Amino acid sequence: MNTKVTIAGIELKNPVMTASGTFGSGMEYSEMTDLNLLGAIVTKGVADKPWEGNPTPRVAEVYGGMLNAIGLQNPGVDVFMERDLPFLEKYDVPVIVNVCGHTVEEYCNVVEKLNNSKAAMYEINVSCPNVKQGALAFGQDAKVLEETTKAIKAIAKKPVIMKLSPNVTSIKDMALAAEAGGADAVSLINTLIGMKIDIERKCFVLANKTGGFSGPAVKPVAVRMVYDVAHAVKIPVIGMGGIATGEDAIEFLMAGATAISVGTMNFIDPQTTAKVADGIEAYMQRKGVEDIHELIGCV
Amino acid sequence: MKSKQKATIASHEQLAPGIYSLWVRTEMAVDAHPGQFVGVYPKDGSRLLMRPISICDVNEDRTQLRLVYRAGGNGTREIATYAAGEEVYLLGVLGNGYDLTKMQGKKVILLGGGIGIPPMLNLAKELKKQGTQTVTVLGYADNKLFLKEDFDKESEVLIATMDGSAGTKGTVIDAMNAENVTGDVVCACGPMPMLRAVKKYAEEKGMTAYISLEERMACGVGACLGCVTKTKEKDEHTHVNNTRICVEGPVFEASVVDI
Ligand SMILES: Cc1cc2nc3c(=O)[nH]c(=O)nc-3n(C[C@H](O)[C@H](O)[C@H](O)COP(=O)(O)OP(=O)(O)OC[C@H]3O[C@@H](n4cnc5c(N)ncnc54)[C@H](O)[C@@H]3O)c2cc1C
Ligand SMILES: Cc1cc2nc3c(=O)[nH]c(=O)nc-3n(C[C@H](O)[C@H](O)[C@H](O)COP(=O)(O)O)c2cc1C
Ligand code: FES
Repeated sequence: MNTKVTIAGIELKNPVMTASGTFGSGMEYSEMTDLNLLGAIVTKGVADKPWEGNPTPRVAEVYGGMLNAIGLQNPGVDVFMERDLPFLEKYDVPVIVNVCGHTVEEYCNVVEKLNNSKAAMYEINVSCPNVKQGALAFGQDAKVLEETTKAIKAIAKKPVIMKLSPNVTSIKDMALAAEAGGADAVSLINTLIGMKIDIERKCFVLANKTGGFSGPAVKPVAVRMVYDVAHAVKIPVIGMGGIATGEDAIEFLMAGATAISVGTMNFIDPQTTAKVADGIEAYMQRKGVEDIHELIGCV
Repeated sequence: MKSKQKATIASHEQLAPGIYSLWVRTEMAVDAHPGQFVGVYPKDGSRLLMRPISICDVNEDRTQLRLVYRAGGNGTREIATYAAGEEVYLLGVLGNGYDLTKMQGKKVILLGGGIGIPPMLNLAKELKKQGTQTVTVLGYADNKLFLKEDFDKESEVLIATMDGSAGTKGTVIDAMNAENVTGDVVCACGPMPMLRAVKKYAEEKGMTAYISLEERMACGVGACLGCVTKTKEKDEHTHVNNTRICVEGPVFEASVVDI
């Protein structure tokens, strides 16, 4: 049975990755789950300098999911390369570094530094809903997204994945723009913008008022978007949004995703990624599927 | 080592209106330390996140943990319905806990306010075991003095109640002043206004204070950066003035945090 997939020439032993920002730098979960079982590790967004992030409360629970407004707190690329990457190099897993910035220059600064590292690919977060200037702005205008992708591709020495926002009129158009800019793959969805109000205290639950909505409740929206995008672009699609089980992952694969990421559910069970990988294999066995490529985009 | 594990409920009882005491059988009891906490997962799939609850006590042979909690919101109200024999998933053991070695040979004042009272019990017990002298001041809303008898076995206990129905009328600080409580170190858990008052009190008296902080959490293990508190100095992890309560805390030396 073959579960290997390839994205931009990088082979993954299975299609299960972690979603950026939900798995720290991998270190935090390394004692609770076997990182070597992962297809790839996607790290928390890293910028050219340390970012403070937003005031608290930063997280809230909502029906079947959660809201977050972390604001991309991160130690900056220098610390990341000194401390987090060397830790991950001990494992037999490709590392995809998620990159954030306020300006195209900031994205490029990070990518330039990472060019000299063992990172396998970059995932460019042009879709964070929680940062005031920049970030999402790059991901909500097709023209800007194409230009941003081009600028990053011009200096990147590794494959570039553009991470798309679902908070747009047509995610398909955004994916086409990323492809036109030269992206090697696209990943989706980032979080949906949400809000929760504390009716007892008559105030917003999150200090940032709004936050990114994720978790099992968003899955149907994510599957639909992956389907739309996968049928529009030729580059590989990485699907995510609410994946909790192998069956959930199979839905994304059938919608056209080449690989999938587990996000919020890591918090609910640190073993989720391993269980999803097992679940995919169990499904393949049960259905007599020899090669996972038979499932990709099969509906 | 941290992990998510199935635990069995050994016993469950109500101590006061809305306050419950839960004993769970779990391997986590082996290395649970005062000030640390566990995450209790609700079973209803619409409520996904673990509820952080402090370790209130550990039984003699270290096979059970005691959690004392307030059933306030939907998740804790669900947990309150669990019966003895039922299974529940825990994430733990989480957080740093109190450094007891720093309290050796000192006189320690323990302050617990409201639902900040439970974690002080395990601390009082462990300090007594290592021969550290303690005095405990417990602050309640009224005369429903949950856990007081358990504290009486471990420490000298003073009471403050907001309505004046038992002990000193007012806060734990009012009780300390009224009873002239003195010591070298203060350990406190309770609502934020109380912790701010304790921090100020300790600064004025030149004492060391350790306070236990609370924040909304998603992962509990340092991965999501949801649960931070402001710090005076740059933090080790992110190199900004924010540090994770679930890993670097929940217990902090008061002078380190900006609350
Ligand atoms: C380190 C730590 C130790 C704690 N120890 C205890 C304890 O020993 N006993 C006790 O009764 N309570 C304790 N708390 C508070 C307890 O976690 C919350 O009261 C509980 O999570 C609320 O859940 P709910 O289902 O009642 O509310 P809901 O409103 O259903 O909760 C919704 C979400 O908000 C979170 N949340 C709501 N209130 C709080 C809060 N005050 N602090 C953190 N998260 C919150 C919940 O965890 C959940 O994710 C502790 C909190 C922390 C951070
Ligand atoms: C707490 C939290 C932090 C996140 N941080 C990032 C981030 O730094 N960069 C990024 O591209 N996406 C980030 N995301 C989005 C996730 O990677 C993912 O796209 C989204 O949560 C949907 O997947 P899920 O429903 O499985 O969580 C974050 C999500 C959460 C819940
Ligand atoms: S709860 Fe995720 S970092 Fe503390």
